[in-house]
Amino acid sequence: MSIIKLTPEEQATKLEAVLSKYRGQGQKALMATLQQSQEIYGYLPLDVQKKVADALEVSVAEVYGVVSFYSFFSLKPKGENAFSVCLGTACYVKGSQALLDKIESSLGIKVGDCTEDLKFSISACRCVGACGLAPVVLVNDEVYGRLKPEDIPGIIAKYKEEA
Amino acid sequence: MDMVNLTIDGVQVSVPSTYTVLEAAREAGIKIPTLCYLKDLNQIGACRVCLVEVEKARALAAACVQPVAEGMVVHTNSPKVRATRKNTLEMILSDHNIDCLSCIRNGNCELQSLAEEYGIRKVTFNGIKSSSIIDDKSFSIVRDSSKCVKCGRCVAACKKQSVGVLSFLNRGFETSVGPAYDISMADAPCIYCGQCIVSCPVGALYEKEETEKVWDAINDPSKHVVMQVAPAVRAAIGEEFGLPIGTRATGKMFAAMRRLGVDKVFDTNFAADLTIMEEGTELLNRIKNGGVLPMITSCSPGWIRFCEFYFPEFIPNLSSCKSPHEMEGALIKTYYAQKNNIDPKDIVVVSVMPCTSKKTEAAREQLVNKDGLKDVDIVITTRELARMIKQAGLNFNNLPDEGPDPDFMGEYTGAGVIFGATGGVMEAALRTVADILEDKDLPDIEYKAVRGVENDIKEATVTLGGKDIKVAVAHSTAAARELLTKIKNGEANDYAFIEVMGCSGGCVCGGGQPIVKAQDLMDIDLRAERAKALYEEDAIMPQRKSHKNSQVMKLYEDFLGEPNGHLAHELLHTTYAQKEIYPENLVK
Repeated sequence: MSIIKLTPEEQATKLEAVLSKYRGQGQKALMATLQQSQEIYGYLPLDVQKKVADALEVSVAEVYGVVSFYSFFSLKPKGENAFSVCLGTACYVKGSQALLDKIESSLGIKVGDCTEDLKFSISACRCVGACGLAPVVLVNDEVYGRLKPEDIPGIIAKYKEEA
Repeated sequence: MDMVNLTIDGVQVSVPSTYTVLEAAREAGIKIPTLCYLKDLNQIGACRVCLVEVEKARALAAACVQPVAEGMVVHTNSPKVRATRKNTLEMILSDHNIDCLSCIRNGNCELQSLAEEYGIRKVTFNGIKSSSIIDDKSFSIVRDSSKCVKCGRCVAACKKQSVGVLSFLNRGFETSVGPAYDISMADAPCIYCGQCIVSCPVGALYEKEETEKVWDAINDPSKHVVMQVAPAVRAAIGEEFGLPIGTRATGKMFAAMRRLGVDKVFDTNFAADLTIMEEGTELLNRIKNGGVLPMITSCSPGWIRFCEFYFPEFIPNLSSCKSPHEMEGALIKTYYAQKNNIDPKDIVVVSVMPCTSKKTEAAREQLVNKDGLKDVDIVITTRELARMIKQAGLNFNNLPDEGPDPDFMGEYTGAGVIFGATGGVMEAALRTVADILEDKDLPDIEYKAVRGVENDIKEATVTLGGKDIKVAVAHSTAAARELLTKIKNGEANDYAFIEVMGCSGGCVCGGGQPIVKAQDLMDIDLRAERAKALYEEDAIMPQRKSHKNSQVMKLYEDFLGEPNGHLAHELLHTTYAQKEIYPENLVK
């Protein structure tokens, strides 16, 4: 999922459009509403969860319950450059945990978190269907395969330059 | 109705086709154990304790969700069923904090009973326990997740109230139950009704205990301890001592309270009668002077919090009357203190309430008098009073029948008694308002249209002083939400007066009342059984109208002046303020 950069006003307008589509529909529309809301913001901050709860007439705790259940939903913002490390079976046996450790130590954040300047974030994912390239790391939509931990600093440097 | 025939443990039964196997077995006199099941509230087949064997079925079935079918043959007690249930229980216990002896639910825990019934002698599985917290930050409710069995009964109860602060959080082994972001109940938009507590089968949710504070006050010779008790307590406290549900234990309750060693025992019913004088006058003034209508009652602190969080636009509709025990507290520290020449600073007012929200209410900044003294110092629930009685070694059932102390604030009428049941405040108010408007002592005083638990919202048109007035009664905050939403949408705008009680059935089923096991709730409507005790007391009272309470009249004469007068306003009325739901600064 690529992150569309929107101004806060544009985000609010788009969210309003999503909410008006599902208003009053209750629990059954919760997944769809959350998914589309996350597309707008890149994650689901409290404020957005409250608006979703209001629109669907469910409680904030119920919304949070669903958000915290599914790993697809994120409570934290994604960085401009989102590192996603595959921990699927093939990548894992080829050493992707070491890649994840290296990315964490290089960026100084843990998996699931985002740097304070919102430039980088790390997540772990399951199989991305590129097992032939294991171990695989995705940065945004770019796939990097057959990596070793020593390759990581170079990749990070590349995105730091771009930023 | 379509009936189906089935065989359960060799017994032929014929039951409606809508029944579950659990209900059919119950009818056949066969007990199937349950844990997550709570009639009408939580029927989700999650805990697997009610598993039964259905012949020709692929696997064991959860009786609480398994519909009956024609010709079905069920075994509830086969070796396979017993072994599987036992295994399930051992799994639940493997992630349960087993400190039963010091647990608040020791002796009244559904999991403990099941462990006993299934002869669990050791916990076979010793794995990692899920991480847990004790959240005791609120004034009302403590959450100990180490006891939680994730049955979902509290989540269902909270949702049924249309409050929904409790939800399942996270996933798998990390699953817990709590408010969004796992914040404290003190920071969540919780109304503290305590329905989660009375729904919990174990000790994962309970009231913030304050019995030690009461003992300390009693043991402090410099303190003058005045204990007051709400009407609903008498309708349930007997259950804690093995008396049948619905037993009216008024006399023994007063005898027990007195024997705890407090200095004075009063009935909050006195202040309920006073509430009617104040609230009735307020209503008449609002009608006469074009004030905000409908006026909505303010006795239930759960409802007040609900209004402040979820319907702040209705705050002007709330009666400005304090709840009865707060009125009583305010008067104990002024009127009673003066009459007895006691320094109010030395008085400790203890309220015994069927309610957990009252604990938080007593801490409201609006309920502190001009000398900085709280109207009510300590609130304990019916359950806590029962514990104190047990700690004092009193044989409750053998106590003589006594009443409240007679001095100054000891009298009460039948109108005060029925405050504890849904429709009771409305009925009490109508009895007095009708008399005032007609200027007579009207003989018809039973307003049956506002009684009962069949409907969550009750409507009636009453003739007061030759004028038809429309009133409504809502019990449970879900019913309040439904009614207020209608009013907001302009679908119902001709009510003059509305009674709201936060709990379904009213205070008799408040969150501070004795906890009845799910199995015992299968055959009865607890709300109706307990309410009966109050209407029974009302019927035998020599006076059944609040304005006939001679001590209330004397209070106005000697001290307060007029209802809604200057001093009455200062002592007996209060204000409300909107509360924010999940403010941004609560979570990172």
